[in-house]
Amino acid sequence: MSNGSVARTMNSHSQHAEHHDPAAGKIGMWLFLFTEVLLFGTLFIVFAVYLQKYRFDFREASSHLDKLIGAANTLILLTSSLTMALSIGALERARKSLAQGMLVITIVCALAFLVIKSFEWSAKFSHDIYPKSEAMLLKPVGEQVFYGLYFTMTGLHALHVIIGAAAILIAMVFVQKERTRADRITFLHNTGLYWHLVDLVWIFLFPLFYLIG
Amino acid sequence: MSSQAAPAYITLPNYIEARPGILSWLTTTDHKRIGILYLAGMMPLFLVAASIAVMFRLELFAPGEQYISNDQYNRLLTVHGVVMIFLFIIPGIPAVFGNFFLPILIGAEDVAFPKINLTSWYCYVIGAVLALVSVVVGPADTGWTFYVPYAVKTHQNVLLPMTAAFILGWSSILTGLNFVTTVHRLRMKEMGWFDMPLFVWALYATGWVQIVATPVVGITLVMVLLERFIGIPIFDPARGGDPILYQHLFWIYSHPAVYIMVLPAMGVVSEIIPTFSRKTIFGYRYIAYSSIAIAAIGSLVWGHHMFTSGMADVARIVFSFLTFFVAVPSAVKVFNWLATMYRGSVYLGPPMVWALMFILLFSIGGLTGLINASLSLDVHLHDTSWVVAHFHFTMFGGTGVIFFAALHYWWPKMFGRMYNFKVAYLAAGLFFVGFCTTYLPLFFAGGAGMPRRYADYLPEYEIYPKLSTIGSWFLFSSLLLMLANLVHALFKGERAPVSPWGGATLEWRTASPPPTLNFDGEPDLSRGTYEYPTKVDDE
Repeated sequence: MSNGSVARTMNSHSQHAEHHDPAAGKIGMWLFLFTEVLLFGTLFIVFAVYLQKYRFDFREASSHLDKLIGAANTLILLTSSLTMALSIGALERARKSLAQGMLVITIVCALAFLVIKSFEWSAKFSHDIYPKSEAMLLKPVGEQVFYGLYFTMTGLHALHVIIGAAAILIAMVFVQKERTRADRITFLHNTGLYWHLVDLVWIFLFPLFYLIG
Repeated sequence: MSSQAAPAYITLPNYIEARPGILSWLTTTDHKRIGILYLAGMMPLFLVAASIAVMFRLELFAPGEQYISNDQYNRLLTVHGVVMIFLFIIPGIPAVFGNFFLPILIGAEDVAFPKINLTSWYCYVIGAVLALVSVVVGPADTGWTFYVPYAVKTHQNVLLPMTAAFILGWSSILTGLNFVTTVHRLRMKEMGWFDMPLFVWALYATGWVQIVATPVVGITLVMVLLERFIGIPIFDPARGGDPILYQHLFWIYSHPAVYIMVLPAMGVVSEIIPTFSRKTIFGYRYIAYSSIAIAAIGSLVWGHHMFTSGMADVARIVFSFLTFFVAVPSAVKVFNWLATMYRGSVYLGPPMVWALMFILLFSIGGLTGLINASLSLDVHLHDTSWVVAHFHFTMFGGTGVIFFAALHYWWPKMFGRMYNFKVAYLAAGLFFVGFCTTYLPLFFAGGAGMPRRYADYLPEYEIYPKLSTIGSWFLFSSLLLMLANLVHALFKGERAPVSPWGGATLEWRTASPPPTLNFDGEPDLSRGTYEYPTKVDDE
């Protein structure tokens, strides 16, 4: 028996020895992000098809979205991506409290984004613009499709912001307990990757919905 | 074979005895136990869906309405399709045999993410429960394809089956993600890419298709649900939507899903044929590459489901060409299997009989697929029972048959028991007769123009569906006989040796059933993946 086989035999009593492989964690995360890209990619294809079909309706509807709000949210998410990256950089250099501080800013940005988004949606609702409202059904079909996609895509994106914020919160707990630390940073890395994806999707959503008008 | 000293295999408790109790199974992260959990969930569902098919075939025994109304027929058809596709044949081979054997075949202790693996099984269970609840509260009548605008407008319940399909999609994605990562990270250091067993190659290619294709259908189903329940216009033509777009998005997933179903089956064949021919696989690299080629080209052929839906002619010609093209790598595999058997020392054990049946039935399914792929012929054959015959030959005669082949091939390893060979041969023979009687007549009926999906038909066609219904009785009996034989073996079967078929891959170099961490000591890599000893060593 080689040394390896002795280790195996000893391991076999506990069901599974704790197995830490950062590379596997990273491959898994990238594959998962791939599925997310395809998920949103499908919606972007649908958007492209209807943009082609209802060019004028889309422009008209787009001009009623508030560009300032969209721009503010873009700025907020870009900032949060920066602080997320800074947090990872800080933890890699074992500066725990700096990393935590950056994560706090990231979460605050996420919440700010959601608050602004909810104001934006409720303003639309108060103008009677929501799926199947009377005002909506009177609009040209192209605009109805535009708003349908607007609520679907920004809604799904907001859901991702919430999930991302929850992941960051968990990362903060892990960092606090030093379960995630400089030499074991995969969880924070993956949270960061996810957060950048959320940011990236918004970078495409912003011009497509707000700036084509 | 001195390195295979017998006592080494019996020092550790096997994975079944390692931890007792139901709870230890429901919380297990052992890939072998998860494979068994999938099998336990899948077989009852398979039998339910099969008996539903026998039920609605009874209605088709004679023209006119006998036992089942039109509406009931539509619902039964939908349940049969949804359960067979989403709960049996898509997860089928990867979830059961992939989970059980992938880590063993590459000399690993488990998959890369054992907890995610268990999560994936729970997604499967939730999906299955939703699908079954939908049967109780009133099944959908849309067919498994959930085409819009009908899926938006029907008064039947579509929420449950579509949610089930969505959650099962996640189960599939997580399994694919797990397998791809496992193959990259957990191969033994000595095992290069081209030392891997071909079943592993097939699972790897399948994993990619699962990852790439499934999210598309997931979000598409969500869009349909949003349209139905919140009134967001996306696909309904009355409100500016485009139903053809739905068909594209649906088939962008659901055609590659066909390869999710059949690639792992082809991988299993590539294990069984060399083992039972006692000969190295012919054209190893070509079989490995053809799996990748099928995964890649198969992702670009979805339009052939829509030749009559309304598409540009250029698109139709391109999709037709690509569909012919994807047959090439499949044929490469078939010829390599035949060449492997040529001048081999062929032993017709039960798994081999099923594998040979696969080659015959799948070839018929594949060649009739080329007829469907021809634009002009498809206009005639589209939505006739020809199509039903074609996809049952590929899916049931292909993947289904190999699922049974895999059961017979690996049963001794999974449970450490041998089944009765005579009964196994009898079941396989009965299956073949039943299968051909059930599905061959449907080719003729379809060619003569009999439409599919109806509870009734014109009296002129009577002979074909009648034969088919009679065949379905033989087919169903053979399934019961086969499963009874296997279950009987669990309790009364003889103890299985380490390597009952003299296989060369790693699973045959550990105990039957294997210990929790798969091997006692380091896996024995002294012999190549398809390097067979001159003599079968029984123990």
